[in-house]
Parts: sequence; structure tokens; C-alpha cells
Amino acid sequence: MLVPVGTYVRIRQYVLDASERSENIPESTKKVPLKAWVKGYMLDEGELYENVKIKTVTGRIVEGELKEVEPIYTHTYGDFVPEIFRIRKICLIEFWGDRNE
Amino acid sequence: MSSFSIQDLEKRKHEILLKSTGIDYSQYEDEGIGFSYENLMKYTGYDIKTVQSIQKELNVGGTPLIELKNITKYARKFAEKGKGARIFLKDEAQNLSGSFKARRAAVSVYAAKKQGFKGVIAATSGNYGAAVAALAAKVGLKCIIVQECFDSKNKAQPEIIEKARACEAYGAEVIQLSVGPELFYTFLHLLDETGYFNASLYSPHSIQGIETLGYEIATEIYKETNRRPSAVIVTNAGGGNLTGTARGYYKAFSGTKFIAASVNLKGLHMASDEDFNRKSFTTGHTGFGFPFTINPDRSDVPRSAARPLRYMDSYYTVNQGSVFFITEVLAALEGLERGPAGNTSLAVAFRLAQKMDKDEVIVVQESEYTGAGKHHQAQLSFAKKNGVEVKFGKPEQEIPGKSIIIPTSGKEVSIEEIPMNNLRKSYLKPYKNKRFTTLEYIYLLDELKLSKKSEIDDLMQEVNNENQGR
Repeated sequence: MLVPVGTYVRIRQYVLDASERSENIPESTKKVPLKAWVKGYMLDEGELYENVKIKTVTGRIVEGELKEVEPIYTHTYGDFVPEIFRIRKICLIEFWGDRNE
Repeated sequence: MSSFSIQDLEKRKHEILLKSTGIDYSQYEDEGIGFSYENLMKYTGYDIKTVQSIQKELNVGGTPLIELKNITKYARKFAEKGKGARIFLKDEAQNLSGSFKARRAAVSVYAAKKQGFKGVIAATSGNYGAAVAALAAKVGLKCIIVQECFDSKNKAQPEIIEKARACEAYGAEVIQLSVGPELFYTFLHLLDETGYFNASLYSPHSIQGIETLGYEIATEIYKETNRRPSAVIVTNAGGGNLTGTARGYYKAFSGTKFIAASVNLKGLHMASDEDFNRKSFTTGHTGFGFPFTINPDRSDVPRSAARPLRYMDSYYTVNQGSVFFITEVLAALEGLERGPAGNTSLAVAFRLAQKMDKDEVIVVQESEYTGAGKHHQAQLSFAKKNGVEVKFGKPEQEIPGKSIIIPTSGKEVSIEEIPMNNLRKSYLKPYKNKRFTTLEYIYLLDELKLSKKSEIDDLMQEVNNENQGR
């Protein structure tokens, strides 16, 4: 998929390889690379999952693998959590008494 | 393929930090272990009236003080007759950008603008990012926020994603990193590359910004109740919140106790890729609270202006399940939907109020905004997806990273006191077998909130004797 110049995208960089990581960090962190994600506008046209150059909103020019075109937010209020309804019931009954009696 | 060298940045660290803060920290160093904290705090040249007017100009501060009458009544149901202090909340969620962090950001951003910087950078995964971004937008500065956000499987903490969204809503560039303390070098590299101002959470600007919160609490509580609060409870992570609030409070009144509260995340390593998404709180927890209390100078500036042990009278931890419980209680009984991490101090206040007399006053010093990602439903749902068991039972049995145990009654909300002398001993540990000079004793009395040299000697004796006889 060819992504045109000026498209707002999200890229990923490898900041440090596993071998370049600091000494005193936990094993689980040391064995993986340090990665960074940045958003900005495509400076040239490019392909998804290939190396591209972008200009960020502060005007920095950054290179990395094109991961997402026109990125959106997908975080939510999560799945239904029945425990929350139970907490509410506990405190309402303890505070107001059982109003359904 | 690295974009910078850690060794090179480590060598140039002091030069980069000097340029990006304008503060020559070396001028505050004393002979020996200490430095002149009060002189550092005078760096900005602003008194509290000036800070208040800067914040007023930027629409920061002046948040409502609310009496939590129903939560007070609820706490009294579990207290002995005549007990159950009145609980007040400073509703900082109504501050610009949704948290008290706007106070910290205001002074930094104002100073950066005045000194002619083109932009500001802050390393933060929390509400502070949104605060710096919002204030930078207001004064027309560029803004970069650096977050620790993902584990190696590219899974993000929903709370941190929400904060990235908020930063971007105010026009900031957000750089999201995978887990690891090398975030600091990315941060240094960016300061070096851009020449922007380091809006550190630990600068004198940042701590001065919070002083207005303490000052407002002191004066407003007195106006409202005609008395001084017995205790102010502060959610504690990096220590700035407690430090600044206490300093500001004492500019109005003396005599109130400052109590730190953190979510207990015992056993989870903060720099661990595996543990990163097994916690349900990304701030306000012991993973920051303990290390920053016992060694404040571990931040992104040479000497931190956040020095909580100087002002802390006691320290309590509370389990994750109890904070989620009280978060729901706040919505169900007070009609206030607020973010969970900020309610850590409320959970502690709820318990402590029960031991205090009815006519006493206890203040929960902040709340924070809530939204997608940073909401108890989002965070409990995320915990379950990461294999953490969520159940009802005895909160003391919660094992962070493995379980979240929600109390079955308001009566069961559980807190644990951390002995202050344990924290002081941990602070002193690096000085094992050292003999202090008079100047160093004076510094340590302030650092550890002690009044007699012999108290330090007693603690040092215990530190020196540790591991002996093995």
C-alpha cells in the first residue's frame, strides 16, 4: 500500500538493541530492544512496514518503520466488570440500608 | 541501530541539564553529602504571591474544596462512638488539564517562555504530560512528552495511552517508549537535539507550583471549619506532591500532620518488562514512592526539589483492591467520578478518619480526572486480561501482579503503616560506617525531619550493625 506524502502516520524506531541496553536492569528487559513510537506527516511517499521519514508536530524529522496510517485511539472503559456492581451494592446497602426490601 | 550513544550522553549529561534548566546545581553543593535546599528553592525568585498570580493568569488553581459528607458518614459507621473525622477533598480534577499537575507545569512553562526557550520537554507517563502540554499550548510553546508506555509485546497500559491522547489533544508531540530506565537517555538526547526547556517534575519551579495547593488548603479549611486540619493525606510517588503541599501549607499555618499514601505494589519491579502490565496503577504506588522517599536524587535533575522525608509525619500503604473500592464509593455516595490513582489518599483518609475524633478534620489533598483507559473499570478489565485474579476477600492477602482483592465491606478497607524510622534507615544506608561532620548533621536533621543529633546516631548504629554476625 503506497502512502502519499503529507499523510499523518505512526512509525516505530529501534532506539537500542538488546546488546546496547543498560547494565543494571531486570533480565526480562535486558533481553529485548528499546523501541519508540512517534507520529507525524510523511515527507515522501512510502510503503507500509517500510522505512519512511516523517515530520512531527514540533517539526522534528524522524525515520522509522511505518506501522500505522492515520492512527486512532482505541482505548476504552474496558470489558464489563461485575465486581464494580458488587462494590456499589455493598456500599449502597451499608450506607442507605436495603431500599429494595 | 541506535540513534544515540548512552556513553556519550552520560559524559555530556551535566552540560545538557545545565543548558535545559538554566540552573547550575553545583553552586548549591555544600562540603560533604549535603546541599543548600532552601537556596535552591529560591532559584526562581518568585514568592508564593507571584506563583499565585502566574497560575491565576493561566487559569490554574483555585479548585473547589468539597466536604465529603456521605463518605464521612459512611466511615463513621465503622468507627467507635465519638470518632470519625470530617473528610474534605480538594477537587483538583477540576484544575486545568484535570489534575494538580497543572500547578507544577504552570511555573515551569512560564519560566521557559520568559527565558526565551522555543519549547518544553517532560519525561512523564502521567497527568503531568497533559498539564505541560496544556500550559505550553496556552503560552504558545512547542511541547514534547516522553512516555514509558509499552512492554516488549507492544502491549500498552490503557492509562498511559489515555494520557498520550490528552497530550496530543493539546498539540504536543508524544514519544512512546517500551519499558526501561534508558528513557532518560532518549530524554537527554531530545533536550540536546531541540534545545528545549527541561520541565522536570523535580525542579524548584515544579515544587513551587504545588505550594499554592497547600496554601489554599490551609486558608480554605480554616474559613470553612474555623479550625486547622489534623492531617493532610497526600498520594505519594515522586515526592513532589507532598513536599510542595506541605511547604505551601506551612506558609499559612503550622501544626498539621502530613501523611503519605501509596498503593502497595510490593514485589513488582518497575523496570521489568514482564511486570510492566501486571500492575493496575501507573503512579501513586510504592514502586516510585519508596525509592524517591529514601533517595530523592534519582531523578532527571542533579538535586531534586521534591524531598518528601523533610515533611512527612507518617506513611501508609493501601492495596489496589481497596483503592478501586473507594473509587466506586466516591461515585456511588458522592456523585464524583474521579480517576483511581488519585483516590489512594482517599482510601487512607477513610481509614484514618475512623480513629480520629468527630470534630477533627482530615483533608484528601487531590483528585484527578477520569476517562477511557484511566478508570477503575478499564483498569480492572486490563488486570484480568493480564492474568491478574480479581476477587473479594481480605485485602491484606492481595499479591501485587497476581491478585487484586476488593474488600467485602467499607469496614474491611485496609491500610498498613510503614515505620518512619525504617525509611530513614534506608535513606542512611549508603552512609554506612561514615562519620558525619557538623554541617552534615545539620543537613541530615532537615532531610530526615529529626530534631536531635542523637536520633541520627541511633539510626546509624542500627545501619552500621546490619548484616553483622552473619
